Amino acid sequence: MNIFDRMMSLDRRWVFLFLALVCVITHVVPFSIPIIITQEAKSIYSFIDTLKEGDIIFMAIDYDPNSLAEMHPMTYAIAEHAFRKKLKIIFTSLSVNGPGMADLAIRDISDSVKIGKTYNGVYYEGREVVNGIDYIFLGYKPYPALVIVGMGQNFRLPFPTDYYGTPLDEHPIMQGVQNYDQIKCVVDISGTSGVDMWITYGQGRYNFPLALGLTGVMAADYYPYLNSGQVFGILGGLLGAAQYEKMADNPGRAVDGMRVQLFAHIVIILFIVMGNVGFLLSRRKARKD
Amino acid sequence: MEQLSVGTFIWMSVAAFFTLATFSFLYKDNPFYKLAEHIVVGISAGYFLIILWHNGLQPNLFNRLEDGNWYLFWLNSSRPWYIIPAILGAMMWTRFSRKWSWVSRWPIALYLGIATGLAIPLEMRNRVNRQLYSTMSEVDWGNFFGNGFLDSTAGFSQLLIFLGVISALFYFFFSKEHTGVFKGIARFGIWILMIGFGSSFGYTVMARISLFVQRIQVLEDYTTTAWTGSGVFLLIWFITFGIFVIMAAYELIRFLTRKQSATPS
Amino acid sequence: MKRQLPLVLVFIFGVFMIFQYFVPHESSEWIFEFLLDWIYIIGIFAMALAIYSLVRVSWDKIKHRRENWQYAVMTLLGLFLMVLFGFDYGRHFFSAEGLQNFMFRHFFDYIMIPIQATMFSLLAFFIASAAYRAFRARSLLASLLLISALIVMLRFNPYLGPVAEYMEKTASWLLNVPNLAAKRGIIIGVGLGIVATALKVILGIERNYLGKD
Repeated sequence: MNIFDRMMSLDRRWVFLFLALVCVITHVVPFSIPIIITQEAKSIYSFIDTLKEGDIIFMAIDYDPNSLAEMHPMTYAIAEHAFRKKLKIIFTSLSVNGPGMADLAIRDISDSVKIGKTYNGVYYEGREVVNGIDYIFLGYKPYPALVIVGMGQNFRLPFPTDYYGTPLDEHPIMQGVQNYDQIKCVVDISGTSGVDMWITYGQGRYNFPLALGLTGVMAADYYPYLNSGQVFGILGGLLGAAQYEKMADNPGRAVDGMRVQLFAHIVIILFIVMGNVGFLLSRRKARKD
Repeated sequence: MEQLSVGTFIWMSVAAFFTLATFSFLYKDNPFYKLAEHIVVGISAGYFLIILWHNGLQPNLFNRLEDGNWYLFWLNSSRPWYIIPAILGAMMWTRFSRKWSWVSRWPIALYLGIATGLAIPLEMRNRVNRQLYSTMSEVDWGNFFGNGFLDSTAGFSQLLIFLGVISALFYFFFSKEHTGVFKGIARFGIWILMIGFGSSFGYTVMARISLFVQRIQVLEDYTTTAWTGSGVFLLIWFITFGIFVIMAAYELIRFLTRKQSATPS
Repeated sequence: MKRQLPLVLVFIFGVFMIFQYFVPHESSEWIFEFLLDWIYIIGIFAMALAIYSLVRVSWDKIKHRRENWQYAVMTLLGLFLMVLFGFDYGRHFFSAEGLQNFMFRHFFDYIMIPIQATMFSLLAFFIASAAYRAFRARSLLASLLLISALIVMLRFNPYLGPVAEYMEKTASWLLNVPNLAAKRGIIIGVGLGIVATALKVILGIERNYLGKD
């Protein structure tokens, strides 16, 4: 048994341990890496940055705890950016465990915005964001396609009340807001197939500007929609979240996580190369024999 | 900085315990992992039920019938027709009865009719037509090689997109045998598809790693809170991690003694 | 009635929804909104079926003392506790106070989120193990897949020196050109498949949803 055969028969738990050690050590050692901004991420930031005080955006928090790592930093970065600019946000959640994620995110972002901070050289005074005035959380309904189409007619059709049971008309933010015509854009942060529903049944029928925040697994699949103009921007995975954090001058979990990503990728690439070198050598040996 | 309460730290410890219990599956299946797995299934189901009730039935059904009386089946309400979708929904539950399952076909038919009718024009327009329009955009022959290294907006890139889409569609056309020129085009199509899948795989690796990175960040926060907090926090931290350290030590001793007894004396 | 009526219903409502898309007159919009309003309620009842299935399977496991039945007890306990907290210990059935219940929120934040997030993070290790054991460049196609994956993974690696800029541009081109072409081909194929299946359902050619008599 040569060295490569021995390596190939290695218990996979040693591979797990090696990867875990690399990730933990990289996380603990302080260093930073440059985050390069892509055009598809910049489009979203620029769009939101040029909106005026009082403009309303729609954020669909369509992810479950299993995609929390990539999606939460995106939600925090975009919502905080919007609140700092005094935009109003209508939240909804069309995934099963999404309402809990949205509720958690709204609580955390509300606390964060209370503290005055400087972003990109501009000081933003801390403020209280009030439910019903600065934002509203509509809640969840099953069957995303039908809900998206219903909201295009009137938000009150699928959501007569908000998540907390208050009728929508009792909230000042919903005065004069009927459907997508009164909002500037929809940002769908999604780890599920609901994103297809937003593109087909939402943007396709009601023609509002749509931006996507997607998991890494899905990101590469939606470039055709970016190219056709159905979507104006894509944030892909933790990288997309890190890019938005950098543009907003609000580094957080995503920028921190990219450091570990870098070395984990190098480890995976090493494993692939080692595996293939071993495979080629054993194939050559088999041919000789 | 506001001092964290012991109660909140205990909850953080519960989260850390379940995180480590789930990670223990990487070594092997064990009671801690099974416990976490079964608890999360039950809690998820309960959570979903509550959300359906408070976010679904309550605003869309019960609020609309609230001026009626349940003992009159809400027929005295100002909007009694909302009983009908409720009855149709309840008819879905006959799916579990062998004798009465045919009753569930009516609400399913209603739902399917609406969903499929809604889907046809929108899917055709957005998945097919708009994608085809973008594929058939004019090639910029004047700027064929683009500006700089591998320009995505250059003429050759646009031409490659057009040829790539057509050949990928050729590959998926199985009503004709892939022979001759057809085979050649389909082969180019599968090359393009493989590059696409490779790109997705590259992104997928990033996605999976980031999930683990977030867990490290959470455990780090928990550890930092314990070590910078009071003695009680530290004690709870030791108990939480200690359970798994003891488990790991036990397994290590078993592994070493097994190795020792396996080597011939 | 048992099989004919559902087929007629699917046809009528399917054709109406297609018609409504092209004729957005006030009256067709009114019927459209009326139908949507009903379908939300029907859909909620349908989703509850899944919960019943879980309870039935778990109860069956406990009743017959099958393997690991003790864990099924934990499943039902978790379900019961969340329902209890969600109705605010039975105090608020018809108002949403239960959603703000301390235990309901904490069970979600400190039990459900960690377990679900960690379960999916295990995939990071499995992908490393698969990279080591299974990802082989056995053929031209597999080599193409691996090379494009490697380029995308090395996209923003600052330690590549002078090659880093070209790697980023190559990865960007790969995503915006061949990857786009491949995924567009798949999207068009899927779209045509959805339209064809939907038409088959509306016209009554596809009848699997009716089940057996």
